[in-house]
Parts: sequence; C-alpha cells; structure tokens
Amino acid sequence: MLKIVALNGLLGYGYSEEALQIAFSEHVDYLGVDAGSTDPGPYYLGSGRSFTDRGAVKRDLSLALPLALRHRAPFIIGTAGGAGSREHVEWLLGILREVAAEQDLHFSLGTVYSDVTAEYALGKLEAGRLRPMSPSFGTDREAILGSSRIVSQIGIAPIIELLRRGTDVIVCGRACDTAIYAAPCVYRGYDMGLAFHMAKIMECGAMCSEPLAAADVMQGYMYRDRFELRPASPSRRCTTARVAAHTLYEQTDPYMIYEPDGVCDLSNSVFVQKDARTVSVSGSVFREAEQKTLKLEGVKLSGYRTVCPAVINDPDTIRNVDAIIQTVTDFVRKTAGGSLPEGSYELFFRKSGGPESSMCVIIDAVGKTQAAADTVCALARSRMLHTDYPGRKSTAGNLAFPFSPSDIHVGEVYEFSVFHLAEVDSLLETSEICVSEV
Amino acid sequence: MKKLSQYTKILRSKNAGPLYITFDLIFETGEDMEYVRERLGRDLVAGAYGVDPADVRITPYAVVNAIKITFPRKHVSGSLRDDDIYGCQQHVPLSQIEL
Repeated sequence: MLKIVALNGLLGYGYSEEALQIAFSEHVDYLGVDAGSTDPGPYYLGSGRSFTDRGAVKRDLSLALPLALRHRAPFIIGTAGGAGSREHVEWLLGILREVAAEQDLHFSLGTVYSDVTAEYALGKLEAGRLRPMSPSFGTDREAILGSSRIVSQIGIAPIIELLRRGTDVIVCGRACDTAIYAAPCVYRGYDMGLAFHMAKIMECGAMCSEPLAAADVMQGYMYRDRFELRPASPSRRCTTARVAAHTLYEQTDPYMIYEPDGVCDLSNSVFVQKDARTVSVSGSVFREAEQKTLKLEGVKLSGYRTVCPAVINDPDTIRNVDAIIQTVTDFVRKTAGGSLPEGSYELFFRKSGGPESSMCVIIDAVGKTQAAADTVCALARSRMLHTDYPGRKSTAGNLAFPFSPSDIHVGEVYEFSVFHLAEVDSLLETSEICVSEV
Repeated sequence: MKKLSQYTKILRSKNAGPLYITFDLIFETGEDMEYVRERLGRDLVAGAYGVDPADVRITPYAVVNAIKITFPRKHVSGSLRDDDIYGCQQHVPLSQIEL
C-alpha cells in the first residue's frame, strides 16, 4: 500500500495545519500539490506572473516542506507559479529557497522545465503532427510564430525519472494535474487505471469531500486492486456520491480521462462507502495510446486594456442604453478616427442587470498601446455620461462612477494562440530535467 | 411545464480547458435523471446557447444520477469577446429550459 497526501487543491489556497499533522501522524510515501491552472485565463502565461499570492504560497510551503523532508516523503509540485513556464518555475524556486534558508532545510531538488519554442510547435505543424484541442480552434502558423510563450503539459514520465534519481523535492513546469499523484503510483508498480483515477480526484484537495473545500488536505491510499480516499480533517468525509460526482468535474467526458500516455476508462469503476469518511474505488482501466501526445499551450499579446466600471440606476436610461451605446460607439469612431483608425482598437460595453434593478456597464477598451486604450476608454466614458435620449429628465449625467479615477489600467491583454496536441516520439522530448542540492 | 433547474440537485457549468464548456446536471433520483434524459435533446441545448447542435455532446453518467453536457465555447476563455473566464456562470440558459 502507498499513502499519498494532497496538500490542497492549489498551492497558495491554504489548508488546515491540524489536518496536515493528522495526515503525517501515520507513514506518508509521497506529498503532492498542484500549483497552477489555465482556468484564470491566458494572461498569466503571457505575463510570467502567478495568479496565486507570493505570501500565501510561502505560507503553504513553509509548513509542508519541513514535514515532507522529515518524513522522507518526496514532495511533488505541479505547474509551478500558476502557468508553469520557466519564469513561473523560477518564481516558485525563489520562494522554496527562501523557506529552506529560513528553516535551514537541505534537500536534493529536481526541476522539470517544459517550455517549447515556436520552432518546435511549427516543426510539429509542418510534420502534420499538431492538432487543435477543439475543431473550432484553428491552427494558425502566424499565431504560433507570434506567441509570447509556449509550454508543454508534461505527464508522469519526467516525474518518474526524478523519483528514480531519488530527489526529495520535484518542481515541475506545466504538468497534467493528474501526473503529480499518478507518477509515484506508477513508479512503484501500481495499476495505471487506478493511479490516474485516484490522481484525478485528489488533485483538487478536499473538493471531493463534504463539506467541500479546495483548501484542505486529502489522503489517498493505493492498493493493488483498489484505492481509498479519506480527507485528513476529521470534520470532513468522503461519500460515494461526492467522489463519483467529482470524477465529472472539469472533464469533457465523464468516462474517459485523456492523458499523454493514453486514456483512463472509468466505465466500469465501482465506488463503495468503506466507512463513514472513506470511499473505496476499483475497476478503472488504463489503455495505453499507440501515439503518445503532449498538449501545447501558448499565448500571444493582443494589446492593452483600459476599463471603466459604471452603474446606471435610472430605469429610463437603462431602457435607452442600447441607443446610447450606439451613439457613443459612432462618436468614438469619428472622434478617435484620425489617430486611431477603425480596426486598431476594440471597444466593448459589458452590461449586466436591467430596468428592474440597476445596470452595471463596464466600458472595455483594448488598443495597440496603453495610451490608445486610454484614449478610447476616456472618449467613450465622457460621451456616455452625457448622451441625450428622448424624454431624458436626468440631464446631469447617465453614469454613477464608483471610483476616482474612473478609468483603470488593466495592462497587457493576452489570448490563447496555441492549444494543440503534439504527437511525440518520447514523452520526455519537451522536458529539461535538472537536479541540484539546496 | 417545469424548468430544468426544478429537476436538478446540482446544475453547474465550468471550463473543461479554455476551449470547452461543460455542464454537470446531478439529480436526486434515477427517475428524475431518466425523465430529463429522454426529453433534453441536443437541439434544445444548442438553441439555448446559439451553438450548432452537432457540436453538443450529452452523456448520461448513471453512477451518480448525472448527465454531462459539453460543447466548444463560443468564445475561447480570455479572448476579447469572452465574458466568463472560468465559465462557471454559464448554466443559467440551460436551467431555464422548459421540459
């Protein structure tokens, strides 16, 4: 049997210290945590920043790292820094080294960088070995070449390589969430179907328990013929309904989990309530793919954004809002036209609410420079404030601004440019594996 | 005529990666699930979201009395016209479908 502990659903989201102590009150073989996601959108990969907070990440690491080292449980961290590019990995390593220095901790560190170049992606495209993750998402040569960053999402192979080398802490660039927890099970010879199924449920921490929490510790027990899940916090419990329902979460298909190595088929999975807080799962089957694939994720810079959030309370104004927006859009096109020709900027009015309540309108301007976005946003805001409509009584102004300044710089806007599966000859071909001593 | 949300215990939407949106409908009983499964076709779902019925995939997951619905996002997460990056507030048109 292997005991694997998930620190929480995302490094920096917090967890109960008491729960972690409970998890380590018995032997732990491996500790894991996912540190990233594409859910917060393309900005973070593009900018090199993390959507998680540095202070919160440090807190999560400074309790877990010494515990894992003391118990000789290798600590596996996936998708460092939120998006997993080299810059994101370096950000996390900086925090890790700071924690180690403060607590005088020493360990061997394995790192997997998984960035790829535009040339690599283009090479796959030209070889006919690159396919979009969705048919509606095109394969655009220019978009690949214009990408600011492209990362590959690694599977279990590089993690297993570092486990084999005996590293104490493994920090991965962009990685499949499942790889963190499946890699040690597969490395130790357990069934791949059970390994990936358990990993898929554990990677969200205590999300599969009641009460649900991404911010708490989950325990997985891997056996030859089944796995069991039990939350570490005594106040939480796993139920078959919750665990089975979590299998659905964020997946396109409830029965299949697609991985770089193949597919985990859950058609015959059986969920059994073992005791009040523990669920046992069996029957999940892994089928290795003949053609192995790695997902590539890339983003390109699309411009700079300035927004102005505003509120309309007057029902008459709200009823005329579409006509007002048309007037403003035409005005901006004519007025900005000299320096900002049509097509050089985008202007959106993001509305919510209606005459029965009040309406929030976010004026959203995206230009080729921050200054261009500022100009478009300011013109739209001032014109919208003072647009007349038939029967208007509130002639002092149409918009309530909650803030001064009213216009906010959001900064760079990135969009996904690459979201493709690359056929690979080796699942290690995009990994740069390093081992060092801390 | 009852709205879909009156049959479900859980009705949620979420990204399945930035290119897809996925909906989980979980029912109290197998009967409720069957009732909805027989009546909720791809055309109804596609109509509620203005997408092509051919792109809509509906998969029952009887283990937890659930139905999963997945289709490609109209706007990729984080693209200029997207207005729900995580996709977790896209369930309302579905919940209003009358069966």
